[in-house]
Amino acid sequence: MSDNTPKRTLPDRLDSPLKAAFYSWPSLLLAVAIAIFIINSFASPYFLSPWALSDATFNFTEKAVIALAMALLIISGEIDISVAGIIAISSTMMGVALQFGADTPTLVAVGMLTGLICGAFNGALVTKLGLPSIVVTIGTMSLFRGISFIILGDQAYKGYPESFAFFGQGYVYWVISFEFVLFLGLALVYYILLHKTNFGRYIYAIGNNPIAAQFSGVRVARVKFVLFCLTGIMAGVAAVLLTSRLGSTRPSIARGWELEVITMVVLGGINILGGSGTIQGTVIAAFIMGLVTFGLGLLNVPGIVMSIIIGALLIGVIALPTLLNMLRDRLKQ
Amino acid sequence: MATPKLTLQNICKSFPGVKALDGVSLELYAGQVTALIGENGAGKSTLVKVLTGIYQPEQGQISIDGTSIKLATAHDAFGHGITAIHQETVLFDELSVAENIYLGHAPKTKWRTINWREMRKAARIILDEMGAQHIDQNTQLKELGIANKHLVAVARAMSIDAQIVIMDEPTAALSHKEIEDLFTLINHLKSQGKAILFISHKFDEIYRIADRFTVYRDGQMVGSGLVSETKQTEIIQLMVGRAVDQIFPHRKTQLGDTILKVENLNHPTEFANINFDLKKGEILGFYGLVGAGRSEVMQALFGITKTSSGKITLNGKTITPKSPADAIKAGIVYVPEERGTQGVVTDMPIFQNVSLPSLRKTSRGNFIKMAEEFKLAREFTSRLDLRASSLSQPAGTLSGGNQQKIVIAKWLATNPDVIILDEPTKGIDIGSKAAVHEFMAELVEQGLSVIMVSSELPEIMGMSDRIVVMNEGHIIKIIKNNADLTPEKMLVIASGMDETNQAGDAA
Repeated sequence: MSDNTPKRTLPDRLDSPLKAAFYSWPSLLLAVAIAIFIINSFASPYFLSPWALSDATFNFTEKAVIALAMALLIISGEIDISVAGIIAISSTMMGVALQFGADTPTLVAVGMLTGLICGAFNGALVTKLGLPSIVVTIGTMSLFRGISFIILGDQAYKGYPESFAFFGQGYVYWVISFEFVLFLGLALVYYILLHKTNFGRYIYAIGNNPIAAQFSGVRVARVKFVLFCLTGIMAGVAAVLLTSRLGSTRPSIARGWELEVITMVVLGGINILGGSGTIQGTVIAAFIMGLVTFGLGLLNVPGIVMSIIIGALLIGVIALPTLLNMLRDRLKQ
Repeated sequence: MATPKLTLQNICKSFPGVKALDGVSLELYAGQVTALIGENGAGKSTLVKVLTGIYQPEQGQISIDGTSIKLATAHDAFGHGITAIHQETVLFDELSVAENIYLGHAPKTKWRTINWREMRKAARIILDEMGAQHIDQNTQLKELGIANKHLVAVARAMSIDAQIVIMDEPTAALSHKEIEDLFTLINHLKSQGKAILFISHKFDEIYRIADRFTVYRDGQMVGSGLVSETKQTEIIQLMVGRAVDQIFPHRKTQLGDTILKVENLNHPTEFANINFDLKKGEILGFYGLVGAGRSEVMQALFGITKTSSGKITLNGKTITPKSPADAIKAGIVYVPEERGTQGVVTDMPIFQNVSLPSLRKTSRGNFIKMAEEFKLAREFTSRLDLRASSLSQPAGTLSGGNQQKIVIAKWLATNPDVIILDEPTKGIDIGSKAAVHEFMAELVEQGLSVIMVSSELPEIMGMSDRIVVMNEGHIIKIIKNNADLTPEKMLVIASGMDETNQAGDAA
């Protein structure tokens, strides 16, 4: 700061990006995923067959598709609890359209459009009225599913066209399912959106400090609204995939999924309070959850036990960095 | 001289890339006020956190009355009778005054529940003793102003019979009268034998209240002594490591055409009938007491506060900024008073903070180009002589003065026409202050126009070409700054007592 020293130029960074990536959360997750993969392949002789692995992907791709958009929403400091409710209403609307003789493209459009409308409804309540998103979406969670209960009662829509089955049951090549390819494609799109565009940067800024972001010219409400819409559309896409896979619509469809989606996001290293996290982490977390549930399924572990293990896994992985730090401090002393 | 109450020796504390405290020491004496002086980033705040058990030093010794102690947690510090009153007081808005005073050590009934009556009574006694008769122990804290909150914090210190009281810039947000009250209270604490650490940037305060001083620079102790035996210039020299020219930068004022014209701007409650213009290359000072509506007018220009009527013309075009994004696009930028909450995104790296409003320029077709961002950040941070270890360091890890530089760098990168600075040097040290002033002079010489809101008279009178004086939401007068203008005159006008008052009783 003194006058006689020349003005200095700051270095861009101290650590190389490669080194930073090595010590990042996704790297740790990747190690966990590989460990689970190896354990699974020893635990069950059926695990390593291509078809078994392909089946495993169906366990998580639909939820993971929503998790991609949810990750962005949570980074921005908001949340959407109503995604499973959106699946229910989207699927129901597709069923209604089916009754009017809609063809496959129309069904897909109806599913995604319903999702978009629901997301926009959430987004408008949050950004226009300034209500907290957790309250709004707990409300709309019941609202959306309630509507499908009113329309369907204890009935179910069946008889979706043959061509519609492709989305949830079709294979693109050999054992590679359409769902899986779609998920990977969307993951790439969301990776670019979050990490490579201005829009993604705005999301981080908003999640860290919405006021400073607004004061820096970021249109905070608009960005958040778009994120709610994206989450709605992704729930609509998940509704198309799930309805197609099941071949029917019941009002209880996808019940409880919101927690699994949020678990994926949190396990993926996204700060539940907003501001940090990556798509890579979310994608790996989705694989981890898929591998664990599928592995346990092969071992005939009942569903209740499975959810206990998933819960323990979540807490364990989240606590891992803290535990490692404590261990390191202990060793230093 | 007596032995010190509290002694710190050879304290070291580092953060990634920065050595915040590098073997510093400090002595506090019972019944005396020791002023801790240093520029932003000298390590004062870190030291306070070490003393209050929030940070653990890697090295060094802390002792009270000659016995070595360890402050592993905030609770430890509390137990050793150390208490701190912070810049932004850390109390609980939703709790009552009495609860705030006795939180954690409330008197109990025999059933181990809180004895509310006893607690209120005890709180009353402490407040009365301090001369704070006007504070009701039953009001919610949020009802109180910042000055009274400080008093509650002091009352809390008294309630645990704290022997060591740390005051971290307690006067930063106080009015003249409130500062007087605080000093009376400090003298009261002194007479009770408390050892007080007083952190302030204001030399008049230090000379009035402190007995001793200790100066830190870049994480090291560079001097200490008795205030009465040391000249102010000597202390300043210790602080910055060189003699500081306290005169404001000279500049050739070359006013151009009117760039910004504000006509009849109104707000339902905060301000009314605001008329002024700003010329190219001008520094227009906005002076007034806290609450005069200056920041609100600025925020209206920046699209944050909605106006009820009025016309804003920039470069001959009428603009209606509905959001900061609109204002920035038009060419008006705003450096807010609250750096930490409104200025920087603390967890984001420096370069991303700088590029945030300019992303459209540094990206191609909305795709981030990080190399361009680094280039932009490098250019503007070096122009402002930012001090950091790298451009990837989170902005929040820097000192207040350096955070301010990031905010200014961020705006300059947008190439604005008008830059509004709201209390640009509030809470930053002399060295950084001079740098900001020099920089402002440089900006207007390059043809930028500056609006500067400030409550500091020397700054207003030292920097402005013209001064807009506001009081209670109205412009009282717009004065040309020349040799005839004295601080006394300014104060008279600002308080609304000027007889030649022309805007008159617009209310």
